[in-house]
Amino acid sequence: MSSPSVRRLASALALAAAAAVPGLAGGQPAAAPPAYAPPAETSRLLEGPGLAKAQTYCLACHSADYVTTQPRGKPASFWEAEVAKMRTAYGAQIPDEDGKAIVAYLTTAYAATGPRTGAAPGR
Amino acid sequence: MNSTRTHRRAVLTGAAALAIGGSARAQPAATTASLPFDNGERRLVAYPQKRPMLLLTERPPQLETPFEVFDHGAFTPNDAFFVRYHLSGAPPRGLDAARHRLKVTGAVDKPLDLGLDDLRRDFRAVELAAVNECSGNGRGFSNPRVAGGQLGNGAMGSALWRGVPLRAVLDRAGVRSSAKTVEFNGADNPPMRAIPDFVKALSLDHARQGEVMLAYEMNGAPLPLLNGYPLRLIVPGYYGTYWVKHLTDITLLEQDSQSFFMQKAYRIPDNDCACTPAGQPAAQTRPIGRLNVRSFITNLRDGQTVAAGRRVMLRGIAFDGGSGIAAVEVSKDGGKAWTPAALGQDHGNYGFREWSAQVALQPGDHELMARAHSKAGEVQPMTQTWNPSGYMRNVVDPVRVRAA
Repeated sequence: MSSPSVRRLASALALAAAAAVPGLAGGQPAAAPPAYAPPAETSRLLEGPGLAKAQTYCLACHSADYVTTQPRGKPASFWEAEVAKMRTAYGAQIPDEDGKAIVAYLTTAYAATGPRTGAAPGR
Repeated sequence: MNSTRTHRRAVLTGAAALAIGGSARAQPAATTASLPFDNGERRLVAYPQKRPMLLLTERPPQLETPFEVFDHGAFTPNDAFFVRYHLSGAPPRGLDAARHRLKVTGAVDKPLDLGLDDLRRDFRAVELAAVNECSGNGRGFSNPRVAGGQLGNGAMGSALWRGVPLRAVLDRAGVRSSAKTVEFNGADNPPMRAIPDFVKALSLDHARQGEVMLAYEMNGAPLPLLNGYPLRLIVPGYYGTYWVKHLTDITLLEQDSQSFFMQKAYRIPDNDCACTPAGQPAAQTRPIGRLNVRSFITNLRDGQTVAAGRRVMLRGIAFDGGSGIAAVEVSKDGGKAWTPAALGQDHGNYGFREWSAQVALQPGDHELMARAHSKAGEVQPMTQTWNPSGYMRNVVDPVRVRAA
């Protein structure tokens, strides 16, 4: 009872049996939940006047790389729009004066072109 | 400076660059990558259940797939699949497939409260290959640059998803005739009450279309935590913003969703090109929808040197919003002349479609390109339009090589 056709039939039956029991068809329903221990947060805002306020308000809700990876050399209007979005859309409680100080900090501290090690002759 | 002429590939630096150079010695792991736009330095960091990936942000975690991964087949491995979250506190802690619940409420005759065992036992399982692409994939190449996650082209992936059709679950709940919209929420919650929860919505017709899926497996394994464990919404052909992770709640509404992430975010200019003049806001917007057609050369990187006089293999992937890939063409002269590529195995209209071609290159510099056509008649543009959020990039990208 081990001709190729019988073996094919047997495996076809096994597949049919598996398909008839959805819980067993292609899964391990009772696997242990995955552990989650992410790497420690290491990103930091750049130095500059107003850094402390930015740390207080910005880093309450997200890591510093949300700021540091943005395009460099953007005008104050770019950062004004971001601070406004955080206040109006995301509920950040930033007093007006502190908001202005944060915009000034961001505009100044992130004015310089960022690191770029990749060859990019097209740019 | 023209955004269509920028490189798109992460250039590995240091040890990784040596590794690509072909040394026979054991290679140390790369620690950084450089996306080819200003301020594109990224660390390669291994998060739980992930290999080292380009770290965009830490809290919440956002990870980009190293582009070389896309040269290894039509399916993106779970441990290299990109990760995108919106609010700190993600991913939610304490998730357990054995205890996870999915509630279906709102305009239904019979509200449901289902465990994953219920989904596996009571509904027919289906499998589908589908691309999940971030709306902002390639945002870092926008010109002028825009605010947001500064991604290269690694915020995409294709997987074989296994789960149950959303339609079957909705039918079990008995959707009332007054229902119009289906809202989806996951276990991740905002860190403060004032911050909007990440909730997405589909029209009832779309939700009942048949292929929208509640998936508990990805490439034959449980979903990685960072990709939505233990249950996520799969919306084939649509941008990843709709693919709600850690799915806990489906709510049938009798009106439009008022979620911030439908009404204010993930919206595109409401015109034919989904674009505005560079730097200009859109007068009217609509929610982002289907993926546009794209292709990539995956086996050669910008700036590479290849052998002259011999036929050079070009290889890559293509995908679109669900009509399927009709054809991929390649050019070795910057888009002046095109020749057809051979398409690889068809994994269905929603997955990556591999392609390959051969070109003979005379000594000198060459600009290689791939251009995909969808069965719906879309073709990749030669110049990239602009929109304020840097969404839906799909320009034909050149890969410049030197034959010597």
